[in-house]
Amino acid sequence: MAWRDLGAASPELVLTVAAFVVLLYDAWMTGPSLESPRSGGAGWLALAGVALALLLNAFPPTAPVAFAGMYVRDRLTQAVTLAALLGTGITVLLSPAYLNRFRLPAGEYYALVLFSAVGAILMGAARNLVVLFLGLEILSFPLYTLAALATRSRRSQEAGLKYLLLGAFGTAFFVYGVALVYGAAGTLDLSRLAGVPLTPLLGVGVALLTIGLGFEAALVPFHAWAPDVYEGAPLPATAFMSVIAKVGAFAGFLRVFPLALPAAAAQWSAALVAVAVVTMIWGNLAALFQTNLKRLLAYSSIAHAGYMLIGIAAPGPAGTLGVLYYLVVYAVMNLGAFGVLILLERRGEEADEIADLAGLWGRAPWAAGVLALCMVSLAGLPPTGGFIAKLYLFRAALQGGHTTLALVAVLTSVVSVYYYLRVAAAALSGTAPDAVAPRRSATVGIALALAGAGVLWFGILPSTLTAFVQQAVQALR
Amino acid sequence: MSVPAPLYLSLSAVLFTLGTVGVLVRRSALIVFMSVELMLNAVNLSLVTFARLRGGVDGQVVVFFVLVVAAAEVVIGLAIIVNIFRTRDTVDVDDVDLLRG
Repeated sequence: MAWRDLGAASPELVLTVAAFVVLLYDAWMTGPSLESPRSGGAGWLALAGVALALLLNAFPPTAPVAFAGMYVRDRLTQAVTLAALLGTGITVLLSPAYLNRFRLPAGEYYALVLFSAVGAILMGAARNLVVLFLGLEILSFPLYTLAALATRSRRSQEAGLKYLLLGAFGTAFFVYGVALVYGAAGTLDLSRLAGVPLTPLLGVGVALLTIGLGFEAALVPFHAWAPDVYEGAPLPATAFMSVIAKVGAFAGFLRVFPLALPAAAAQWSAALVAVAVVTMIWGNLAALFQTNLKRLLAYSSIAHAGYMLIGIAAPGPAGTLGVLYYLVVYAVMNLGAFGVLILLERRGEEADEIADLAGLWGRAPWAAGVLALCMVSLAGLPPTGGFIAKLYLFRAALQGGHTTLALVAVLTSVVSVYYYLRVAAAALSGTAPDAVAPRRSATVGIALALAGAGVLWFGILPSTLTAFVQQAVQALR
Repeated sequence: MSVPAPLYLSLSAVLFTLGTVGVLVRRSALIVFMSVELMLNAVNLSLVTFARLRGGVDGQVVVFFVLVVAAAEVVIGLAIIVNIFRTRDTVDVDDVDLLRG
């Protein structure tokens, strides 16, 4: 029994072992000189771990439910794992150039990235509230540390502190929710919550769970930390947390709402619709006025959290399908956008203003092209993956009878076109400022090529990913 | 068994609210941190009470997980706070204001 359980959790195990190997390798290479090795060995080890986990993820286990019913590796878990691993893999490829340039500790960095990915995957595999809670913590603790990893940068310290304090605050709400749900239902098993009558105690508990997950996903009004943390954290860490926190939080939302509480859909659906509407409006309007690209992408990620919440608020297979598809596409397109920023440098610092992008087309046409493509995809225009992903979600909203929700989503998407295309236009025109220099890096190039290809592939030939995600949804019915 | 369960649950709710207020109004990062710990321990009280009401051990087991998580949180938090204190000799959240917002 024990071996079969471990087999079901093999992707998580591989990532955990890889993280330890990376840490030990780094310590071994550092040796008594205490100078971090400059070779990319740790990065390749991390990448090998991610590749092996991706391979294992392709094979569904014989017995999906493991560890005394607390853990499940079904098709939905596989889809969440795919999104998390794609995000992690591209992040690992994006990072070495930046880590070397700013002398950040590579061993710790990659180990934390892998641990965080394990947390996100665990949230997708949770069949028990304790596992969901542990996944949430395993996901967020490495992110706090990653935000504060540039120990000499005051902005990074500040980002780490803010993220930690507000994250811990959100966690406390989440655990209180776990306690109240346990008190109301007498069980922590998510699969047994469906038959529990909806009492006020259960309602409050579920609301507190939503607040906890809302902090992680940066939904309005729990988003206050996001812009500051995104701006202060080191760029690759920002890129990674923007993706992995969303994957984990929405995996948690899927496990709690459509799957565990389908009977009470009418009650929580209305509340989630309200949160989604506020999040989409606030995220997109605030993004309009940003001049710092990291802050702009932070508000954009808040807005995208609002779009993804549509799929949860409009219950049913169409919504679940939309969320899973969106998560995969979002991971690829957001990392592509951040990846181009990682290539730029302004006098030994990060170049993160929109003005810094000017004239990129003349200096690094490929990078400018990928940036423009990712912006078009984030805005949700064809022929990109972002368009198809939004289409699925909006269709789910209409099928669920949430016309207002769909209307707000379409209108805010139109608004978002303005600020995304402003970034794309800045990169494609103008003359380059002298202070900003684009760096060359083979691994970043590979990551950008992958991201660009992924965005186009999911946009032009969505059927492969759709088929995969559809299996995930069908298996749940 | 002399104290009825609703009283424990009320106490837990009061402690949780106190912690929430502490996070929202206090300015020292250390006190904010202590307030979060207070919230987590209020939850522990609820969990133990519910476990006794339900006659199961699940709730009590969760308490151990919460304790471990809280300990890990303190480790990360203190590391970050010490690092900040080294460079600017203050742990006041209001002084940590390079980032807008």
